[in-house]
Amino acid sequence: MIFDVLSMICLSLGCFFSLVGGIGLLRLPDFYTRGHAVGVTDTCGAGLVFLGLMFQAPDHMVLIKLIAVIVFLLVTSPISSHAVAKAAWRSGLEPQQVRYLDEEGKA
Amino acid sequence: MMFAATCIAILVTMALALSRALLGPTRFDRILAVNMFGTKTVILIAVVGFLTNRPEFLDLALVYALMNFIGVIAVLRFSSGGEMSAAETEEVP
Repeated sequence: MIFDVLSMICLSLGCFFSLVGGIGLLRLPDFYTRGHAVGVTDTCGAGLVFLGLMFQAPDHMVLIKLIAVIVFLLVTSPISSHAVAKAAWRSGLEPQQVRYLDEEGKA
Repeated sequence: MMFAATCIAILVTMALALSRALLGPTRFDRILAVNMFGTKTVILIAVVGFLTNRPEFLDLALVYALMNFIGVIAVLRFSSGGEMSAAETEEVP
């Protein structure tokens, strides 16, 4: 019973992070900001969804497989985000410059 | 019930990532979106396995995670002038 509640909380948080990451990927203005949105929420959302599945695992073999998948995702997801951002930076893609204006309208 | 809601949320996220992959101004946006799509596919396979009471799907999820990582790294090496790039002629010592 308590495992069901914990699983529901973890799955809901995972869904929330995934949806926020998808909206950020679609709506943010720049490649690097999109990379930030994806890199953070991908790892966090996947970890929370798999943690929620671990509370529902019927036997030990399923639990071991879930731990294998979660460890692999936690290792490779930041690596691939870093590789994409580094390749973009090396190919000369500049971050979008934003000018913040004060009250008098000067940069 | 909870697994079905999770499936729907993951599918909506996959649709958002796919629309960014179609829109994306640079090729890195597309690679980033495809990377996110692959990770969400891993999660979707695992959740569908639990939804249909067949946890053997986790093997497929593990294989798909491996394939996704190798694929993203290979596409990056191919597209951005690395050793595997088609544009570069490398001297063999």
